[in-house]
Amino acid sequence: MLPAYYSPIRRVWYYALRGIVALVLLFLIFPILVTIPLSFNVEPFFTFTEGMLKLDPEAYSTKWYVEFFLDQKWNIALKNSFYFAFMSTILATVLGTVAAVGLASDRMPFKPLITAILISPMIVPLVIIAAGMYFFYSAIDIVGSDIAIIFAHAILGTPFVVITVTATLAGFDKSLLRASSSLGANPVTTFFHITFPLIRPGVISGALFAFVTSFDEVVLIIFLADPDQRTIPRQMFSGLREQINPTILAAASLLILISILLLFSIEILRRRSESKGMFNNE
Amino acid sequence: MRKLKLGLLVASSLLSANIIAEELTVVSFGGAYGAAQKKHMIDPYIKESGKKILFEDYSGGVAELKAQVESKNVKWDVLDIEYIDVERACSEGMLEVFPQDRLPKGDDGKAAKDDFIPAALSSECAVGNIVWSVIFAHKNNIKTKPKTVADIFDTKKIPGKRAFRKRPQVNLEWALMADGVALKDIYKVLGTEKGVKRAFAKLDTIKKDIVWFDSWSQAPQLLNDGGAVIVQSANGRIYSAIQKDKSDFNIVWDGQIYDLDGWAIPKGSKNKEEAIKFILAATKTKPLAGMQDVAYGPTRKSSESLIAEAVKPQLPSAHLDEGIKASAEFWADNGSELGEKFAAWLIK
Amino acid sequence: MQNTTANDPANHLSLNAEHSLKYHQAIRREKTKALMLVLPLLFFLIVFFITPIGYMLYRSFYNPTVANLAPKTTEILGHWQDLSKLPSEESYKTLSYELKQLQKTRLSGKFAEEVNRRLPRTGSVIKKTARKIKKIELDKVENYQQLLLSIDEKWGKPEIWTGIRAAGDKFTINYYANALDYKLEPSGKLVKQPEEMQVYLPILQRTFMIALIITVLTFLLGYPVAYYLSLIPLKKASVLLIFVLLPFWTSLLVRTTAWIAILQSNGVVNQTLLSLHIIDKPLDIIYNQFSTVLAMTHILLPFMILPLYSVMKGIDPSYVRASQSLGANPFKAFIQVYFPLSLPGLSAGALLVFIIAIGYYITPALLGGVDGQLISNLVAHHMRSTNNWELAAALGSVLLILIIALYWIYDRLVGASNIKL
Repeated sequence: MLPAYYSPIRRVWYYALRGIVALVLLFLIFPILVTIPLSFNVEPFFTFTEGMLKLDPEAYSTKWYVEFFLDQKWNIALKNSFYFAFMSTILATVLGTVAAVGLASDRMPFKPLITAILISPMIVPLVIIAAGMYFFYSAIDIVGSDIAIIFAHAILGTPFVVITVTATLAGFDKSLLRASSSLGANPVTTFFHITFPLIRPGVISGALFAFVTSFDEVVLIIFLADPDQRTIPRQMFSGLREQINPTILAAASLLILISILLLFSIEILRRRSESKGMFNNE
Repeated sequence: MRKLKLGLLVASSLLSANIIAEELTVVSFGGAYGAAQKKHMIDPYIKESGKKILFEDYSGGVAELKAQVESKNVKWDVLDIEYIDVERACSEGMLEVFPQDRLPKGDDGKAAKDDFIPAALSSECAVGNIVWSVIFAHKNNIKTKPKTVADIFDTKKIPGKRAFRKRPQVNLEWALMADGVALKDIYKVLGTEKGVKRAFAKLDTIKKDIVWFDSWSQAPQLLNDGGAVIVQSANGRIYSAIQKDKSDFNIVWDGQIYDLDGWAIPKGSKNKEEAIKFILAATKTKPLAGMQDVAYGPTRKSSESLIAEAVKPQLPSAHLDEGIKASAEFWADNGSELGEKFAAWLIK
Repeated sequence: MQNTTANDPANHLSLNAEHSLKYHQAIRREKTKALMLVLPLLFFLIVFFITPIGYMLYRSFYNPTVANLAPKTTEILGHWQDLSKLPSEESYKTLSYELKQLQKTRLSGKFAEEVNRRLPRTGSVIKKTARKIKKIELDKVENYQQLLLSIDEKWGKPEIWTGIRAAGDKFTINYYANALDYKLEPSGKLVKQPEEMQVYLPILQRTFMIALIITVLTFLLGYPVAYYLSLIPLKKASVLLIFVLLPFWTSLLVRTTAWIAILQSNGVVNQTLLSLHIIDKPLDIIYNQFSTVLAMTHILLPFMILPLYSVMKGIDPSYVRASQSLGANPFKAFIQVYFPLSLPGLSAGALLVFIIAIGYYITPALLGGVDGQLISNLVAHHMRSTNNWELAAALGSVLLILIIALYWIYDRLVGASNIKL
């Protein structure tokens, strides 16, 4: 397989590189692979029992999944997670997309400064955001309301939307806009008929990022949420601190499933836009 | 487009966060204790009143309570609070004053103020609901069994990790006990700067052998999965592990620091009247006696006749001379300062 | 579709005055339009994101609690001139009355704690005094100094009074001093904290060290992977990329949970090593710095690999081949030609990893035990456990300043608008 003229050192290097890469990729995926079988443990521990290693069916059970779906707290948490992620994604996507369209304009004044501000929620540590929001939101008396959490999560999501949409707009042919407006279309019509179809892949992948950001977020929830606003990650966090049981692993496995779905949908989007040529009209 | 709108409408109503209108948020310590409270206090009250209760866990201390009160965002209506904290919380305005004159008579007809043990009504902000104790425990199959508090601090005699709850309370008292301070002098010594230094110096000797935990529910777990050989615990957690899970644990009463827990209402609770009603019901003779499930003593004398003979030797009250009562006054005055010292000591 | 049209409308205009005016108007219109589009988000961020952070900065030096609780005492002590002598009898009287009032409304504890923050070991004196004073009829007292002295002899020294006076200052830099292991003495002198209370600078140092170690580790692990992926055909690379992207998309909590399952005392690693008789008692590999670094490296590795990969994909392999054919050995060619070309990806990845690591909270909180706690954990600790919000705000501000400095470097080096996903 290797070219014959390769020197021995080069051969060693060839295999060493593959070996290293394989080990690193294993390191990356191993924790995720371990989680899933452990969630089927019949015992209330985080460990592989002897029965599990012998593949004894008795040692496996789906009871932690049953518990997950029957437990009122996990149920509320699941609903909250979807609710907050859904609402904040809508907000982040709308604001982020519109802003990205403006930002992509060559005439945008103060572009570097504004870009830096729009991206900053990604950079500021969550604990600082959480502390600041806790002070300020309690001063204006919205801590504990759904709106506080939706706003907070939307803020974390907007940089992703801005970045992905700006990226799609980077190769966007602006003469189309001029053509459209010279034909008498107003800006809103232009946006929905010309701009939006072209940047749709960017918008959708930005929205997915925003969704995941909210769905995963726990620090702001710890600081801002009421007991009845707990989300899945929050429930996992307190479970890990207080009472470890495999229901957490069941929740984790379900989240892995969700991330696999998201990963594939985003990849499909990316492929489709790449293969079709992102800027072709459909 | 209409389909989309309809979809959104359906989705948002399905996803709407507050389907269940919670009427009362009650927080306590979870685990076996929480289960006993659910069985004897929460569930009967729900059944009787038809009200809904969200029963939550917290890991104790006044921090979360204080944060809620000071940010005027009170999420809790009733909380189970240790008396070691109640005096401080009360003096700093974190709790509502409880109308103790509304407490009903005991089942034997005795007036509430005579039926409750005096300590249970010692704070104007709470009603005592259990007498419990911080003890230490170990597995029976350990090579050398610890017998005294001094043994916890002797890593040569008993090697291995010790698990303590992450706070100065009890740990500083134990350090002084192990250092030879007489039981009756503990708080006197701890009240001096020298005494505090002495306690931390003693803790220093085993610092690297201590595993810290945040919540009582972790104590039996750590003992069970080998995370520690000696654990500090609320007596009820270990009792329940022995009784229910058939764990091979042993409780050592030497140096026990007993205390009360009480129900209290955070200042600014949105459901104050409902909260009062719940506490009145939960501190009747029968619910209090129900806490024997986890070997916690009742705070009403009228409950004592309902305690099973087998449980009596497992109650803190059977071992009073082996330990001391936690001083609410001492911790009210020194809690936050020692807390800061402790936190600094911990991360150093 | 082709990219045809010329970019600048000015090209098509003859530059007479009228057209020039129109041109400028058009530009202004476009500018306004662009700004209008950005405005909603900008406004949203300013109100709900930047203002809160600004408010936090404000809280880090503004604390009116004592001045509000005991306004008269604060006022009188403001006129107190010679701090080496006791304050006036009037001060004793005013404080006695206000303390009694505070005890009645159950706020004396709060007052005491605030003073204690400025001057340790005074809180318990004030609390004790408040408790005793509650039962005394103050109107009948003749000498208030005597009264307080009979409760605690510390009232006979100026020190406790300087503490109350200092705590009455609404604006103070004391919390910043504390955040940097100094304290502002009531006399106004800045002194180093006693040895046993010096915690924040060491933690800050630790945070930097850990972030640096993690950055280096992600580089060492990520570079070969990105390099390899950039060499192989795109189809194969996109399959292998799943190994990078799946962890990237998986919840942080899930990955932290997994590491707990792997590292705990009877977890996967210990179980395996025990059953292979390599060790005879479980290794201490969880709830310490080691587990924090390991899990954070795992979590942040994709942030290194992805930018590296996207840069390396664009490097033309013919450069390296050219230098080799000119006689450079492969190793030298790699170091001198390839590595510099990959630097943009490396600096993007490294700065991103470093910035994220330095503000990390969840993983150290769950896996860090005692010696794996980072600066964010201390901010959270003071927010949620000690309720010393001003100190939390000051610590947060110090961290924020560091991050902004790093972000600025990142912007200069990489460009914030070049963040790719």
